[in-house]
Amino acid sequence: MGLRTPLFSEHERLGARIVPFGGWDMPLHYGSQIEEHHAVRRAAGMFDVSHMRPVDIEGPDALPFLRHLLANDAAKLTAPGKALYACMLDPQGGVIDDLILYFRGPERYRAVVNAGTAEKDIAWMLSQAEGRQVEIRSRDDLAMIAVQGPDARNRVESLLPEDLRAPAMQAGPFFAAESANWFVGRTGYTGEDGFEIMLPSADAAALWRALVAADVRPCGLGARDTLRLEAGMNLYGQDMDETVGPLDAGLGWTIAWQPEERDFIGRKALAARRDHPERRDFVGLLLTGRGVLRPHQSVLADGRVVGEVTSGGFSPTLERSIAFARVEPGTPADCAVDIRGKPVSARIVKPPFVRNGQVLIDL
Amino acid sequence: MSDVPADLRYTKSHEWIRDNGDGTVTVGITDHAQEALGDIVFVEIPDQGREVDAEEACAVVESVKAASDIYAPLAGEVIESNALLNDSPESINNSPYDEGWIFRIAPNDMTALAGLLDAAAYQQVVEDET
Repeated sequence: MGLRTPLFSEHERLGARIVPFGGWDMPLHYGSQIEEHHAVRRAAGMFDVSHMRPVDIEGPDALPFLRHLLANDAAKLTAPGKALYACMLDPQGGVIDDLILYFRGPERYRAVVNAGTAEKDIAWMLSQAEGRQVEIRSRDDLAMIAVQGPDARNRVESLLPEDLRAPAMQAGPFFAAESANWFVGRTGYTGEDGFEIMLPSADAAALWRALVAADVRPCGLGARDTLRLEAGMNLYGQDMDETVGPLDAGLGWTIAWQPEERDFIGRKALAARRDHPERRDFVGLLLTGRGVLRPHQSVLADGRVVGEVTSGGFSPTLERSIAFARVEPGTPADCAVDIRGKPVSARIVKPPFVRNGQVLIDL
Repeated sequence: MSDVPADLRYTKSHEWIRDNGDGTVTVGITDHAQEALGDIVFVEIPDQGREVDAEEACAVVESVKAASDIYAPLAGEVIESNALLNDSPESINNSPYDEGWIFRIAPNDMTALAGLLDAAAYQQVVEDET
């Protein structure tokens, strides 16, 4: 048996199919993964993401610590509430984890890291914080519910604590508002508008039930995966990890090379990787033949293997199979994927595939 | 509790087999199997005329989650496949024992059918799994 979030009994009551994920017992779906996916694209759905871990980073050295720790530059965060997506690298340029960093005020930050990597991440942060005036505190006392979709705002507003309603509704995309122990980020992992709400574990079930009553559809990890794939968002452990760095995973945009004197962990290794002959392009794939793209299938061009699918599946919005793949630079747009020993035709496209309910690629 | 019709035969790998009474059988996957797989989005059906061995993988059902092989329960010739599944793979979720059938076989030895699981034995297989 895995770890259980404060919402586990809610999932059981709703008839969820529970699966192990990152050490936790989590809902895969509550009946139909595809219907859950559509609910988020068309109206509003919610995910229990309490397995993810908020980590508070505070103190006089918080900013210099974060500027050393992360490949993106925490100094970009000047407005209170603003969020930044960043990779935490090792000295070899491998990805220890990817995270969202929120700026809460001078010397106060909150990172949200992945479930399966949380303990490793915190140990790494503590080791890098030695000798600095910075406190690193794991917030496993908080639950987290992501409410996503075009109707998410309307359905969430009246369910927030009263003093948080106006600030949360006024928060721009990738900003957060907070009050007492509630923290509401206008962030997510679906390509739709919405909120990620961190709140005391004891309050989580009441909010979840109120959201169910407000016709927000409970969604499992299955829909979460197809939504993020359509939205062109990477998954740690699949698209990048300690052996596959950001330059090979389409995350070059998250590396802040300027200012040049900022010495972040992994910088030297990344600089050497930029022009390395083994560096791969990270691309989107649309399957034009019949079948389903899956991780680890080979990408073929000119009769040889030129790459590998990292994430793949069926896109409920496109009703086609899509994927991310790592391929040799210069791979022609018309290529193929080896599905059970047969080459099936595919086309390289630029993710995202879908954002805000709109299809963004040519079918 | 999933539906296990009494008049069918079954395999441990969750195929059902219906005796059509004309020397042929129809094969599909059980209600329990479709529920475990989740939303089905693609089916690779066998070519008509293909000769298959018992327990040979001859079709593939892909759900949102994963690809699963479907095995021929008896040796014989594939005489028809359900082409409707090309456009409506979700028929397997909606109607696993009827519209969601996958292929028909003319078995080399029809008496082998009696060696497959009956409904009670299959029910036990499902219960042992859950």
